[in-house]
Amino acid sequence: MPLSTQSQSEDVQDVLVANLDNARSLSNILKAITCKDHAIFTATANGLKVTVEDCKCMQANAFIQADIFQEFTLKDDIVVFQINLTVLLDCLNIFGGTPAAGVSTALRMCYRGYGYPLTLFLEEGGVVTVCKINTSEPEEPIDFEFSSSNVTNKVILLSESLKEAFSELDLTSEVLEITMSPSQPYFRLSTFGNSGNAHYDYSKDSDMMELFQCNRTQTNRYKMSLLKPSTKALAISCKVSVRTDSRGVLSLQYLVRNDDGQICFVEYFCCPDEEVEEG
Amino acid sequence: MKFRGKIIDVACLNHFTRVVTTISKLTKTCVLRLTPDNLFFILSGKVTNGGVSMWCELLQNNFFDEYQMEGVSSEFNQICLEVSPENLSRALRTVQCAKSVKIKLTKKHCACLTVAAELPTLSSASRVVTHDVPVEVIPRRLWQEFKEPVMPDFDVSIYLPPLKMLKNVVDRMKNLSNFLVIEANMNGEMNLKIQTDLVSVSTHFKDLGNPPWGEDASQDGGPSQRGDPELLAEATVDIRKLQQFLVGQQVNPSKAMCNIVHQNVVHLILLHEDVSLQYFIPAVA
Repeated sequence: MPLSTQSQSEDVQDVLVANLDNARSLSNILKAITCKDHAIFTATANGLKVTVEDCKCMQANAFIQADIFQEFTLKDDIVVFQINLTVLLDCLNIFGGTPAAGVSTALRMCYRGYGYPLTLFLEEGGVVTVCKINTSEPEEPIDFEFSSSNVTNKVILLSESLKEAFSELDLTSEVLEITMSPSQPYFRLSTFGNSGNAHYDYSKDSDMMELFQCNRTQTNRYKMSLLKPSTKALAISCKVSVRTDSRGVLSLQYLVRNDDGQICFVEYFCCPDEEVEEG
Repeated sequence: MKFRGKIIDVACLNHFTRVVTTISKLTKTCVLRLTPDNLFFILSGKVTNGGVSMWCELLQNNFFDEYQMEGVSSEFNQICLEVSPENLSRALRTVQCAKSVKIKLTKKHCACLTVAAELPTLSSASRVVTHDVPVEVIPRRLWQEFKEPVMPDFDVSIYLPPLKMLKNVVDRMKNLSNFLVIEANMNGEMNLKIQTDLVSVSTHFKDLGNPPWGEDASQDGGPSQRGDPELLAEATVDIRKLQQFLVGQQVNPSKAMCNIVHQNVVHLILLHEDVSLQYFIPAVA
């Protein structure tokens, strides 16, 4: 494979080198968090975390563990840079978004460090594409201070149950209201749009409800425009965990299986809409 | 001036329709030139179409079962019509299941190409559908604008990679930049490159093969005389023009070639069994 014959001297200078036999393992999960142009890439020994933020109150993270990659070499403890995500996706999909059966695009990513572009080598059917994408100074990602010990309510649902609701969400509603309670209606999604109000209820006894741990009734509203992008993550996931903490901050965690059956995670954080008081 | 053609073979009708549809994706208006042996769809490179020009040649015999034409005069036995290929394509697409299709030059409120087809119905009677596609007759004094393009004195001639892959790459590159560099050499290598402030992307194709013009080339200026086969010729083009060419292609050609005149023009040639299509994209300064 031509990609692995890069000269040794090049490797020595790169602080990050990552190889993937199937570039879709990365591009599919990045599509699930693409709602803004810029993303922060954080590489550690654990793997890659890609962060996108909106309006300082929503954050989407995609986690691709190091063992998903065929090679993942890091020279520093942590490598961070900011990059244009839509450009990156166009490059990862340079040979087309939907590959022919049995054909995959191989990827090699190299990064030399601060000030250098991210270099991608993509190969499909003997054709090689080289991309150099400029990086910039990463902004500090928001720390939502969401702690597992401070979780008020938590449910885990099979994604297929939520997919229908999310695809039908009334987008004329400015907010999506989430109610979680130890009593009826247990788990409810509500919208308030031009045509009226809509509620989607999920009972704690439903087959779709894998886990139900609700301690006290909470109703929170979140800006629809901030949560709508999470539908992309939902679409490729098999399970989703919905948690709120005492402040009403929402954490959505999606379990995603890639083409090879390996597991990756996508996480969305969202602050509640300030105007509404908690119920 | 008279023209009357009849297509009765369903495969020929289908093929002819696909050719016209391809042309309609390349240009809004073009010239249809009719001679006793051929039909040509021509677009001459003008500032108004960004300098792009096109020449599509069909052997009438391969499509029409009956073909009669009488040109402007016996000395100039041709007819040149300005037509919208989209209108013609639409008319043809509605008569795909016809038993026979006749195309005639007629005069209604203006000059028209009338497409008349006999369509089957559930009952034994058939119904006749007629489409009048308006055309404008081009006077003989303007015909020199629509001559067959001369094969440019190219620096490199190379076979194109599979059009589908080419289209996928060009589609993505179009999201990143307005201009694309096409470079190739006589060693079967072709590169597509874009460069902006934000990103640079280059796609490398190998082992494409080079058409054997060199063996037949004349003594002066044939590509085989140029020397080093590794030497790359390049041209920077408006990426939308290349994309437009690729979007239109409906059938895989038997041969697809690209000639490059260094920093001057990209000449694309697609050959099918009975249709040839040439497309010229000028290089931007």
